[in-house]
Amino acid sequence: MTTEAPAPIIDVQGVSKSYRRGELVVPVLHDITFTIAPGEFLSLMGPSGSGKSTLLNLVAGIDHVDGGRIIVEGVDITRLTETELARWRANSVGFIFQFYNLIPVLTALENVELPLHLSGLSRRARREHALTALDLVGLSHRLDHFPGQLSGGEQQRVAIARAVVTDPTVLVADEPTGDLDRVSAGEVLDMMARLNRELGKTIVMVTHDPRAAARAHLKRHLDKGVLSADDPSENPD
Amino acid sequence: MILLRILIRNAFRNRLRTGLTILGITIAILAFGLLRTVVSAWYAGVAASSATRLVTRNAVSLIFPLPLAYKDKIRQVDGVSHVSWGNWFGGIYISEKNFFANFCVDPRSYLALYPEYILSDRDRKAFLSDRKGFIAGRKLADRFGWKPGDTVTLKGVIFPGNWDFVLRGVYRGRDRTIDETQFLFQWDYLNETVRQRYPSRADQVGFYMIGVASPERAADVAGSIDRLFKNSLAETLTETEKAFQLGFIAMTEAIVMAIQLVSIVIIVIIMAVVANTMAMTTRERIGDYAILKTLGFGGRQIALLIFGEALVITGIGAAIGMALTYPAARAFGSTLSNFFPVFNVARETLWLDLGAALVVAVAAAVIPTQRAIGIRIADGLRRIG
Repeated sequence: MTTEAPAPIIDVQGVSKSYRRGELVVPVLHDITFTIAPGEFLSLMGPSGSGKSTLLNLVAGIDHVDGGRIIVEGVDITRLTETELARWRANSVGFIFQFYNLIPVLTALENVELPLHLSGLSRRARREHALTALDLVGLSHRLDHFPGQLSGGEQQRVAIARAVVTDPTVLVADEPTGDLDRVSAGEVLDMMARLNRELGKTIVMVTHDPRAAARAHLKRHLDKGVLSADDPSENPD
Repeated sequence: MILLRILIRNAFRNRLRTGLTILGITIAILAFGLLRTVVSAWYAGVAASSATRLVTRNAVSLIFPLPLAYKDKIRQVDGVSHVSWGNWFGGIYISEKNFFANFCVDPRSYLALYPEYILSDRDRKAFLSDRKGFIAGRKLADRFGWKPGDTVTLKGVIFPGNWDFVLRGVYRGRDRTIDETQFLFQWDYLNETVRQRYPSRADQVGFYMIGVASPERAADVAGSIDRLFKNSLAETLTETEKAFQLGFIAMTEAIVMAIQLVSIVIIVIIMAVVANTMAMTTRERIGDYAILKTLGFGGRQIALLIFGEALVITGIGAAIGMALTYPAARAFGSTLSNFFPVFNVARETLWLDLGAALVVAVAAAVIPTQRAIGIRIADGLRRIG
């Protein structure tokens, strides 16, 4: 008797992408194919310019492929219109960036509430969800602080709260510890690991930092637009 | 709601820049409002014209007189309800810098034709019964501190000599569009004096003011009057009071055009200033807009943020500018009351101010919005950090 593997939550098939710089066409990704199972924590590593952020953007639906398909939770996102893609991102993906990318004129609470304004929830429900998310990242005492009044680590925790507040199935993180000191980076990675372990969030993380990559179940290397083979043995945890 | 919060806070993110932009808009709207008010003041006579009044003058030129005898013939024209007459006196009070309009008129018929000049019964009676009496508009009397019973001497230029008059009443306008700076005295006083001093100039009038029964008949009546005096020694030209006033303005049309052009140039300049501000703010906030797009907000919401911010900044500047237009116009009007007897900020001017502010805000936001919506999210995010 064999155990059937769960259907992948992210299925990337033969994706290619290139950028145009004037007359020059610069290929970034060649025929990338891989899958990610639900609840997986994958880190993508590679040298600068290897195309890892581009791949992350494609998987998150904020950039368009030149060729190939990306299917997330059964939805071929390469076939969605711009409006459908925006709606899909709002419902299905949480974003964590290197520079936190909070809106500077909104407080921590307002920043976390922001994605919920597209959800049709009532004002009270939005507030409750945002408070819960901020509580989850341990920032209940910083609700009315603006990003400029928070430390880097706190800002990244607000960004994590914003990423999970809509309860997306997939979290994408682009160098989430790249702008943090070691202690804050450790806290952020702990938090992401907790989200993966306790809430079952599928996480795709791009990083340069081997310590950050070590927290993932699965590491992949991207070099010159080509993805290396899986190495699941590295982080069996 | 969240977008409203963002756009208002964004508007004051760079307080110095926003403050200076608002100051620029305030000054532009103030200047625009004042210039439009100058144009309105230029047309004040036209605005105060009645559709039931005609002016008959010598067809050759206004400076040539018409015989007094025409009045009885004009009165017989079908459709004519009133006939009055008068002359531009052109007298000087003490010195030329004290300029004001002064006319001699047939008082009874003239006041009947101009019900918008409000005069008490007592003043009216006093004026009609004193051959040397005159009435003055409220603003004119206030300007020189004249009180009823005061004797005022004008130095005649067209009719040389010193002319003494006694103030018998002060009229006020029925509304703010009525000129309250006129000096009106009895035509008979002028005519009797002229008959003694220059007999050949007696029984001549400068213009006839004619009341018609209904505005629809004005053109027919004007035609009938002019036909009546065709081929006479003094042919007439009859036109509506409005056309008559417009004829005066036509002489200074180039000035009015220049003022209107300057007012438009001001708006174009401020449009460039606001556009520059919006271009700078949008460039600075491309990262924010990319974040919003990443989170699922669409082009419409981004457009709302940029247009909203432009409207907030322009709206505040316009509101302050419009509020300041009133005291500025009062100060301007009292300083230049010799040239602009009626200098009021018209409601149309405020609508024009609002329209100009709206056009400035929208025009300034169009290109930044296109850029913000058009930029790829990945490119926008790359600008952060």
